[in-house]
Amino acid sequence: MNLFADGLAWIFDPAHYGGQDGLDTRALQHIGISLLVLAISSVIAIPLGYAIGHTGRGRTAVIAISGGVRALPTLGLLVVIGLIVGIGLTAPVIALVVLAVPSILAGAYSGFESVDRRTIDAARAVGMTEWQILFKVEVPLGLPLLIGGLRSASLQVIATATLADYVGAGGLGHFIFLGLKTNDYSQMLAGSVFVVLLALLSELIFGLLQRLVVPAGVTAGKTTIVRRRPVRSQAVSG
Amino acid sequence: MNWIVNNTDQIGQLLVAHIGLAILPVILSFIISIPIGWLANRYKLSRSTILTICGLLYAIPSLPLLIVLPLITGVGVRTASNLILALTIYGIALMVRSTADGLASVDPDIRQSASAMGYSARGQFWRVELPLAGPVLLAGIRVVSVSTVSLTTVGAVLGIQSLGLLFTDGLQRGIQAEVWTGIVLTIVVALVFDIIIVQVGRLLMPWTRVVKVSRRATKRIARTEVTA
Repeated sequence: MNLFADGLAWIFDPAHYGGQDGLDTRALQHIGISLLVLAISSVIAIPLGYAIGHTGRGRTAVIAISGGVRALPTLGLLVVIGLIVGIGLTAPVIALVVLAVPSILAGAYSGFESVDRRTIDAARAVGMTEWQILFKVEVPLGLPLLIGGLRSASLQVIATATLADYVGAGGLGHFIFLGLKTNDYSQMLAGSVFVVLLALLSELIFGLLQRLVVPAGVTAGKTTIVRRRPVRSQAVSG
Repeated sequence: MNWIVNNTDQIGQLLVAHIGLAILPVILSFIISIPIGWLANRYKLSRSTILTICGLLYAIPSLPLLIVLPLITGVGVRTASNLILALTIYGIALMVRSTADGLASVDPDIRQSASAMGYSARGQFWRVELPLAGPVLLAGIRVVSVSTVSLTTVGAVLGIQSLGLLFTDGLQRGIQAEVWTGIVLTIVVALVFDIIIVQVGRLLMPWTRVVKVSRRATKRIARTEVTA
C-alpha cells in the first residue's frame, strides 16, 4: 500500500500543478489531442457512414477494413508515422484518426441500418423527399448508435493518446514515460490514474448522451431484453 | 530489406516471445469467461452488474493498467506475467459479454426440451446450452485473439520482449524497415491465430458446417424448382 500512498501524495503535491509540466496542463493537452482527433475523424467518418447506410453500398469493404485496423498494432502505426513525418503532434493525430474512423463509421452506418425499412417506406409514402427522409427519419433514429460509435472511438483515442508522448507530442503519457526513464513509480502511477479517470469520464458522458438522444417512444439503441420468457411457458394439458 | 536479412535471428526470437505472450491470455480468458458468462446470464441483476464491470475494465487504457496492476498483484511492472495478467483481464472483459449473449441466444424451447428429456441442470449446460452458444463464443474469441496479439506490442514500452521491441528500437535508431517488419509480423501472427481458432471451431462444432451446406443445398433445390 506504500506505493499507492506515494502515488496519491504525488498527485496531491501542489508542486506538480501549473507550468508546462503540471498535471493539469498535461491533462488539458491530453483532452485537447483527443477532441481534435475525434473532430477530424467525425468529419471524415460520419458523412461516409451515412452514405453507406443510406445507399447500402460498400458495407462489406468497410467491415473488412475495420477488422484489419483492429489487428494493426497502435504503437507500430504511431512510430512508423512518427518516423515519416517527424516528431511532434502530426504523427499521433494521424495514427489516432486511423484508429477512430472505423468505430465512428460503424456507428454511423449501423445506426441507419437499424432503422426499420417499413418506417422509411412510410416516410416516403407520406410524401417526404429523400433529404427529408435522411435528416428527419434516419439521422434522429440512428443517433444512439452513432453516439455509441463515438463512445468507443473516444475511449480508444484517450487510451492511445497516452502513447502520443512517445513521439514527443505531450499529454498525460509524459509522466508515464518520464517515470519509466527515471524509475519513478509514483509519477508513472499519477499519470496512469489520470488517464484512467479521463477514460471513465468519457464513458460516463457518452453513456448519458446515448440515453438522452433516444427520441421518445423509440427503442433503437436500447439493449433488447434477451432473457425473454419461453414461448410455451405452460404445459399443454388436456 | 538489408536490415531484415541481417537481423533474422533477433526477429525470430521476438516472434517466438510474442506468440508465447499472446497465447495464454486468449486461452485463459475463454475458460474464465464461461462461469462468469453463465452467472451473468443466470439472473437479471447479475447480468447488468457483471456487464457494467466488464465494460469499465475494458475502458481502462492498456499502458496505465500495466502500471497500476502491480499495485494489486505485487508482480514487477516489467515482467511478462504482468503483461499476461493485463491482457487476460482485457480478454475476460470482452469475452464475458459474448458468453452471456451466446448463452442467451439458445432457444428457450430447446432448453425446455432438454429438461423434458431428463438432462440435469449441469448436463443441460455442458451438453446443450454451451455447444449451441458455440458460434457466438467463436466470434467473441476471435475478437479477443486479434486485439490481444496487437496489444501485446504495448509491453515493449516497458521493455517486455515482444514484436513491439521492433517499434521502440526502430524509433530510437530511426530504422523504418524495422518498424514495418514489426507491424507486418504482428498482423501475420493475428491472422494465423484467427485461422487456427476458426479451424478448431469447425472441428469442435461440425454441425455448423453441415447447416451451411444444407442451407445452400435447400436454396439450390428451391431455385431448380422455380426454374423448372
